[in-house]
Parts: sequence; structure tokens; C-alpha cells
Amino acid sequence: MSKLTLNTTPVDARPAPKRSIGAIAWLRANLFQGPINSVLSLLAIWALIAGLTPLIQWAIIDADWIGTSREACSSGGACWVFISARFEQFIYGFYPSELRWRVNLTFVLFAVMIAWLALPRLPAKKLAAVLTLVIFPIVAFYLLHGGSFGMPAVPTHRWGGLMLTLVLAVVGIVAALPIGVVLALGRQSKMPIVKSISVVFIEFWRGVPLITVLFMASVMLPLFVPTEVDMDKLVRALIGITLFQSAYMAEVVRGGLQAIPKGQEEAAAALGMGYWKRMGLIVLPQALKMMIPGIVNTFIALFKDTSLVLIIGLFDLLAIVQAALADADWLGYSIEGYVFVAFVFWIFCFGMSRYSQYLERKLHTGH
Amino acid sequence: MTTPSSPPPRGETPPFWRDPAKRALLFQALMLAALFAVIGFIVSNTLENLDARGITTGFGFLNDTAGFGIVQSLIDYTPQSSYGRTFMVGLLNTLLVSALGIFAATVIGFLMGIARLSPNWLIARIAGAYVEIFRNIPLLLQIFFWYFAVLRSLPSPRQSMSLGEAVFLNIRGLVVPAPVGGAGFGWTLVALAVAVIAAIVLVRWNRRRQEATGDRLPAGWISAGMIVALPALVFVVSGMPLTWDIPKLGGFNFSGGITVLPELLALWLALSIYTGAFIAEIVRSGIQAVSKGQTEASRALSLSGGMTLRLVVIPQAMRVIIPPLTSQYLNLIKNSSLATAIGYPDLVSVFAGTTLNQTGQAIEVIMMTMAVYLTLSLLVSMFMNWFNARMALVER
Repeated sequence: MSKLTLNTTPVDARPAPKRSIGAIAWLRANLFQGPINSVLSLLAIWALIAGLTPLIQWAIIDADWIGTSREACSSGGACWVFISARFEQFIYGFYPSELRWRVNLTFVLFAVMIAWLALPRLPAKKLAAVLTLVIFPIVAFYLLHGGSFGMPAVPTHRWGGLMLTLVLAVVGIVAALPIGVVLALGRQSKMPIVKSISVVFIEFWRGVPLITVLFMASVMLPLFVPTEVDMDKLVRALIGITLFQSAYMAEVVRGGLQAIPKGQEEAAAALGMGYWKRMGLIVLPQALKMMIPGIVNTFIALFKDTSLVLIIGLFDLLAIVQAALADADWLGYSIEGYVFVAFVFWIFCFGMSRYSQYLERKLHTGH
Repeated sequence: MTTPSSPPPRGETPPFWRDPAKRALLFQALMLAALFAVIGFIVSNTLENLDARGITTGFGFLNDTAGFGIVQSLIDYTPQSSYGRTFMVGLLNTLLVSALGIFAATVIGFLMGIARLSPNWLIARIAGAYVEIFRNIPLLLQIFFWYFAVLRSLPSPRQSMSLGEAVFLNIRGLVVPAPVGGAGFGWTLVALAVAVIAAIVLVRWNRRRQEATGDRLPAGWISAGMIVALPALVFVVSGMPLTWDIPKLGGFNFSGGITVLPELLALWLALSIYTGAFIAEIVRSGIQAVSKGQTEASRALSLSGGMTLRLVVIPQAMRVIIPPLTSQYLNLIKNSSLATAIGYPDLVSVFAGTTLNQTGQAIEVIMMTMAVYLTLSLLVSMFMNWFNARMALVER
């Protein structure tokens, strides 16, 4: 009889099969799972090489970067000289160059406020929100427009470029927020007249394209006010954008309001709070937090839509590049111009959408 | 603080401002009064301003002669036509580019949305890059890019790019052969209609039969075969009465064929690619919303891969997809108004643009334009609500 032995030391784990680890295994699992996927992958690789090589060749390798006039562009690639020569105009429009420090200061202030609001580690968010929504617009107006505190006035027809794009988008969103809150509360109201006015207002602005709103603001608004009132073109555009945007904002706010359990409001009512106290102290503070991703998404949409003001003759970033393309000195560089504008818009929008996705994940505490 | 107020004695009603119902009435009355005051103010100002500018209100101008030409119209139009006719031409052009755009954006969006979920890493990344690039760039910029940077820099008609000497692409647009139906071609169309109706009847009958007996025919294949074979048979029997009007280069331009304007092409491309990026995201999240257990359960019930997709995954995904898809379609229709920036003769361009400038009837023109978009929005959302109600989960 053989003796039974018991081995108590564990056997070493065998290494994973070679085919299931490393680059080869990754390729097998992700690109070449079967005949169809292999063909697709090879086609995609071929398309990428065929498409990207000339693009990189044009945009980077053959491109001209240094110079001041079109004579510098001789190598046949992209002519980025066109952008660098016109860069200041693309950013500031026709703002007088000796006063551009005011725009820069506004940009810096804005960046600081946004960083304060957006970075979760920094304290006193409520103070920051009040400063951004109430104090900053006033300061920015006096800085950009001037005309007081010994600063020469810069009329709005000299504003342009990226600066105007930002002004339109930020004013549009900041002014639309309170109107949107009121409309959303009105839409949830139990009073039939208040409710129907809010619904009609919201659905009207959501149903028409922004272009017709801008047309309306530029041709009909002057008819609506007494003859003596002379409205600035920028102000008219801003009124149109604000009305349009407030309807979208109202829907975002409504989404936030609906996310708050009804028990919260009922509990507040049971404690004897009136309507405005219930809303202002209990419901809205909770709802506003839920709305931030929605507000950021609306802001992205508005930021892209501001480019439409070119149709009513304002020179935002796209319009000023479009105008520069018609310059006889720089004919034929439209692709460079558009790529530059696309890049600027893309950086802003992509950054904001990533931030809103991050917020959504953070706010989504799960149930 | 004063002492707590004692409740009013029985029989004595509280003052009206303590009664929520009466307070609501008062508040609403005040609100209506304010609304009417604002409207009255605007109307009186407007009338005064119009009077000062010598503009008479009313829709009489719609019968006046327009006096300008339109490069593309789906109905007969000459400069001698009225402004009312201009309105119709613009409306039809808007509908044309919207319909084309919705079709292409849906195809692109579904392809890219499914591709983003592909197990193939490279394909998923390419689809992801497409979505992130195109939805973060303003639509107007994309329209300008396709129009000014791509289509406007194509060669002249003499140096056209051509595909098989039948399709030509040049600065004047895309020229494609036009089908010309000869005598008797109508019968082929009739056969097509008959085949389609028969296919619908067959599918319904097959479904009833399956519910009653459990047997089913491969109705999809039979209908597809029928729809292809029947018109083809009639076409051959009636002597192939279809010729193609091939475009020919004569002088400086092409004659014959159908010319698709570069404006339409640029708008179509930009609208489809931009909206397609949004639809791709909607489709991806819709498919991901169907839990994996559903697929596994249907495989456990021995449904085939295709049937799992068709009967289990897609119906549930569509329920999530349809509402946001509707708002994307509405966005596309509204965004088609950007046509005015490149001169495609849509409603905003020819009516709220040229007609407004010529007549000065700002209020009527803008109101009519807005009414059209509001109506279109309403119609599309009504249709999609109906469709959604059919797809919706029937709950107990």
C-alpha cells in the first residue's frame, strides 16, 4: 500500500498564459476579436493614416508660424501668420489698444471668480456666487464701457472678437438666471393665470429659432419703445438673447425643482413658513445645487449660439475672423481662420462639458 | 414680540389678505392688469412709431409683386410673383433642407452611437472623437467652413471633379443625372405601391397568425423580395421606360441633370454632421440604459441574437431615445434658419430677410416667420408624442 502524503505548502501560482497578457493580448481583445472586427480595424487604421498624415503635414510640418505679412507664407502649408498678425483684433475687436488693459483686467477678474466657483476646495461659495452674479457684472461694465472714474468711454460698436463673445454669453446667462427661476416657479404655480402666462412665455421662446429672435430684437424692439429711447445695437441683441435664454433656463430650473422631494416643501409648510420662505430657504437652495450641470450645459449652448449675432452686424469672434478673411491682403486663408475659431470655441465648450460631467458624477450620490 | 394673536372668534371671517384663495385671486388680477398694461404700452408705442415712419400695418403686402428672383424654388416662381408666393417658396425650401437633414442626421447619429459602443477599441474611439469634436464647435462656423472653405473653393465647371462622367462637383454645386420616366413608367410606381401595401398586410397577418398558432413565416424576407421583385418585373415587362438625363458641359456651365446648390449642400452637410453628433450621444445612452440582464434573459429564452436586438433591446432603448431625439429634430428645424448666413433661400433668408427689407413690414413678417416655426415645432412634437405613446411601456 502506498502512503498518503499531505503537502501543506501552497503551490506557486502559474504565470498567466502568454496569449492573455501584454500588448498582443490587448490587440486580440480590442482590435482583432474576429474576422469582421479585424477588417474593420485595418480599414480604420488605413483611414486614420490616410487622413491624418496630410493634415499634420499641412497644419504643423509645412506650416508657417513666424512673420507679419503673407509673404512669410511660402512653404505651402498652413499660414498661421495670418492668425498671429491679427491676433489682437480677434481677441479685442476694435477696442482702442491703449485701453486694452481694462479688458485684460476684466478677463483676469472673471477667471478668478470662475476658479473660485468651480474649484471644490476653495471656501465661501455663497460669497463667490453673490460676487460673480451681482458685483462682477457691475464692475465689468464700468471697466469695459468706461465713461466714469476718469476712464474714457469705449462705445459698444468698438467691442468685438472673443471679448464680445464672452460678454454676450455671460450677460445672457447671468440675466437669464433670475428670470428663469421666476418662470419655473410660475410654471409650477397652482394659480391658473400665472401658470398659463409662464407656460406660454416658455414655449414661445423655445419654439422659435434664435435668428428670428435676433431679427426681432434688431427690427421690432425699436418699434416697441417710445421714439426718444435710442437703444444700442448690443443692448438690443442682449435683450433678445436674455429673453430666449430665460425660457431654456426655466426648464433647467424646473428640472432642479422636480428633483427635490415634495416632503421638503411640506415639512417647511408644516413649520409655518410662507411661500417665499419655503422657496427661498428650503427648495431653491437644494434645487440650485442640482441645476449646476444643467446651467453649464445651457451656457455651452449659448456660448456656441452667440456666433449668430454676426447676422445682425455685431463683430463677435466668428464675425471678426469672417471679416478678416475678406481682407485683400489675406485672401485665401479661410481654412486657417476657421480652424482657429473652431479651436477657441472647442477649448471653451469641451472644457465646460467635461466640468459639467464631473459635477454630475459628484452630485449623483446614488440611491 | 407681541402676545400670540388669538384665533378669530367663530362666525367672524378673517381679513381677505389672510385667505390664500382670495390672495391668489387678487395676485392674479394684478398680474393680468400688469400684463395688459405692458402690452398696451408696446402697442401704442408701435402704432406711434409706425405712423411716424409712414408704414401701414396689415397683410395686404402679401399680394404685392416681389420683384426679386430666388435661386431655388420647388414651386413655380418668377420675380413677378407675389410676396405670399415668396413666403411659400421659403417655407418649402426650409422644409426640404430640414427633411434632408433629419434623415442624414438620424443615419449618422445611429451609426456613430452604435459605433461608440463597439467592442472594437479603435472604432469606438473614432466615433467618440467625432462626437466630441463636432458638438463643441458652433454650427454657424461649420456651415461657413463647408460653404466658404470647401465648396466655394472647388474648381470651375470646366475643371469639375467627376464620378463616372455622370456626377459632377464644382463651384456651382453638385450636378447629378435626372431620371426621366417615359410612357408607362407610372405602372412601375403603381407596382411599387401595391408591393408596399401587400407587405404591410402580410406582416400584420403574420403577427396575428403567430399569436394564434405560434407559427411564423419569414415575413421580412418575403416582403423585401416582393418590394424589389414586383416593380422590377413590371419595369422589364413595360419595356424599361426610364432614361437618365446625363448632365453635359456646354459653354461655361452644365446643362441637363439636377443641380444641387452649394448652399444647400453646405447647409445639409453641416446640419447633419452637427446634429448627428448629438443624436449619437442620445443613442449611446439609450442603448446603455437597457440593462444587461435583459439581453441575458432573452438569450436564456433561446431568442437569437437578431431577435434579442429587435424584440428586446431596441424597443426598450427607443423608449429612452425618442424624447431627446424629438428635441434634436426640433433643433435641426430651427437651426436650418442659419441658411440666411450663406444665402440659401430658406424662409428666414427670403422672407424675414429680403421681403422685410423691401416692404418694411417688420411686425407682420417676423410674426409670420415665428408662427411657422412654432407650428412646425408643435406638429413635430405632436407626431413624436403619438409615436412615443405607441412605444411607451404599457403599465398596469
